[in-house]
Amino acid sequence: MPDRTILLVEDDPADEALTLRALRQNNVANDIAVVRDGEEALNYLFGEEQETGPAEPPTVVLLDLRLPKVDGLEVLRLIRADERTKLIPVIVLTSSREEADLVKSYSLGANSYVCKPVDFVQFAEAIRELGLYWLILNEPPVTRRAVLST
Amino acid sequence: MNNDRYIMLVEDNPDDEALTLRALMQSNVANDVVVAHDGEEALNFLFGERDGAEAARSPAVVLLDLKLPKVDGLEVLQRIRADERTRLIPLVMLTSSKEESDVIRSYTSGANGYVRKPVDFVQFAEAVKEVGLYWMLVNEPPPRSAELGG
Repeated sequence: MPDRTILLVEDDPADEALTLRALRQNNVANDIAVVRDGEEALNYLFGEEQETGPAEPPTVVLLDLRLPKVDGLEVLRLIRADERTKLIPVIVLTSSREEADLVKSYSLGANSYVCKPVDFVQFAEAIRELGLYWLILNEPPVTRRAVLST
Repeated sequence: MNNDRYIMLVEDNPDDEALTLRALMQSNVANDVVVAHDGEEALNFLFGERDGAEAARSPAVVLLDLKLPKVDGLEVLQRIRADERTRLIPLVMLTSSKEESDVIRSYTSGANGYVRKPVDFVQFAEAVKEVGLYWMLVNEPPPRSAELGG
């Protein structure tokens, strides 16, 4: 399996812990980066405040919608607007079930929209399925890392 | 699960169709699968009969082969994304193509995911089950009102 990394954008510590545990138990990712607000996510992806520049693009982004500083939908819009990141699969992972959020997310180019189950066993199960699908089964677009290694 | 969610499978190879249908039935996620055998049939289903009361019923996900008779899979994808009524429908390429250019063109045209058909038929069935589970049970499709332009 090639290096597959996840960028998790999540401001809720309990949801972060649950998500990380479910992903690690299933061993689907080589590396999981966590950022806790929209601004951090943008810095991670575009490197505007980092001396080293942007990190290697992640295989997938798991994006919460309600985020401090920069909202999740705005993060999604900026990811789709930039040549370097526009094809990265973005999965919205949120507790919102509002139709407006669904429509806006898909319209802005989210690949998938997952409502966080309230029950924590179901939450872990959803993350497990999500990890299996997006990290193992789905074929991501070529990233720079893949290009460099071939 | 929403009981009226269904999968649309666009597949011209009878063996792949039979295997896919069996795996979906076994995984118990699909109460209903609509099969189109070429691109034209797919477009007729999505656009031809959607003016009446049935218009509100879009598939929860379209599984689309790339190499199709009459109208090619990429063309079907582009037509789906170009139409207000269907532009948000989750769509996953399910193909034997391993060409990077097909992966990139699919994502660029708005595919939500891209899954390569495993050659081994046990692995193929396993992959289809995972695809069905994820897109029918974990992913939240856009609401109907969006498709109706509301």
